[in-house]
Amino acid sequence: MSSNVTRRLVLRGTAVAVAGAALVTPTAMAAARTATAGMTGHGGHDGHGGHGAPAAFDEVYQGRRIVGKPATGEHAAHGGFSASIDGKELHLMQNADGTWISVVNHYETFATPLAVTRAAVDKLRGAVLVPIAT
Amino acid sequence: MAVRKNQATLSATEKRNFVNALLELKRTGVYDGFVRTHNEFIMSDTDNGDRVGHRSPSFLPWHRRFLIQFEQELQKIDASVTLPYWDWTVDRTANSSIWGADFLGGNGRSRDSQVTTGPFAYSTGKWNINVSVDNRPFLQRELGAGSAQLPTRAQVDAVLAMTTYDMAPWNSASDGFRNNLEGWRGQGRVHNSVHVWIGGQMATGVSPNDPAFWLHHCFIDKLWADWQRMHPTSPYLPAGGTANVVDLNDTMRPWNNVTPADMLDHTKFYTYDR
Ligand SMILES: [Cu+2]
Repeated sequence: MSSNVTRRLVLRGTAVAVAGAALVTPTAMAAARTATAGMTGHGGHDGHGGHGAPAAFDEVYQGRRIVGKPATGEHAAHGGFSASIDGKELHLMQNADGTWISVVNHYETFATPLAVTRAAVDKLRGAVLVPIAT
Repeated sequence: MAVRKNQATLSATEKRNFVNALLELKRTGVYDGFVRTHNEFIMSDTDNGDRVGHRSPSFLPWHRRFLIQFEQELQKIDASVTLPYWDWTVDRTANSSIWGADFLGGNGRSRDSQVTTGPFAYSTGKWNINVSVDNRPFLQRELGAGSAQLPTRAQVDAVLAMTTYDMAPWNSASDGFRNNLEGWRGQGRVHNSVHVWIGGQMATGVSPNDPAFWLHHCFIDKLWADWQRMHPTSPYLPAGGTANVVDLNDTMRPWNNVTPADMLDHTKFYTYDR
């Protein structure tokens, strides 16, 4: 019982996705992605798209450690937020309407840095982010 | 004059010639240079900063110039080749002939989205993904698996009916023809949702890794030409003096010798079959 509570606290709202990870179908993943991308239905900890700074996060999602935090310098131009998946940078960009995209989901907008980072994890299917060769 | 055709009307020989020219550009590394260039602009084009290739008025002339340059490279391999376009308002399922093994190859397999059929399958050894956001070396597709639908003809017609080319703030928040076609707003999210519908690399910043990129953007280019014919008195905007965006007579990176004005009349370079 108590370990369940602890786990839920650590995972901060990702319990459904993690519990279903082993048997999740692409359709179910798409549905989860849509729900995550929407502005509604979230507890407020990641619902700040468009006004104010988005909340930092540090959690395990689908077995991947995802971390997001306000950034300075180079990243400030792209919305002032940086994210990583298992320690590798995920390039994020904020749109004029406050929504977010990443280099992995470049043509689809998400409400928060957390949502777009989780979407990248879904798309990676275990693959590792690499800096793009230039 | 080169004629760009609907991909659904290509003969077996025309398909083969196009595919072979793509494979040759891939072999020599020329192809990956285009992927790299596109991604550099994807990364640097921002709503509040300098923007050239995307989320800005020059989205259409920039991609027109990009496609012309790519088509010229194809034609160095085979002078008979032109870019085909894919009308996704008509050919809109994973079973459409565009995804045949004789042309672009099919959907990715369920296990890892890897394309395993056609000339761009990893097993051929001729289509490794070298310019990538992750460590997967194979082409991926997830046709229709995400939340995006292909735009309908009615949605496209609604965008074509818009009379103003673009408007302030000249970015992904703008109303007007350009941004509704690019798909940062509006019904159908036209151009963007096609990238998402295909999935795999097409949904990422390195989208030209999938040859479908060229057929998709060729249709977007045709829709711009169709719009110009429908609205002959609607000019490219902005005309001048606008911060961070490419005005009518400003030059566009990376070429620095071509302006939107130079790109307005595509018939100097090619025509469409209809
Ligand atoms: Cu595109």
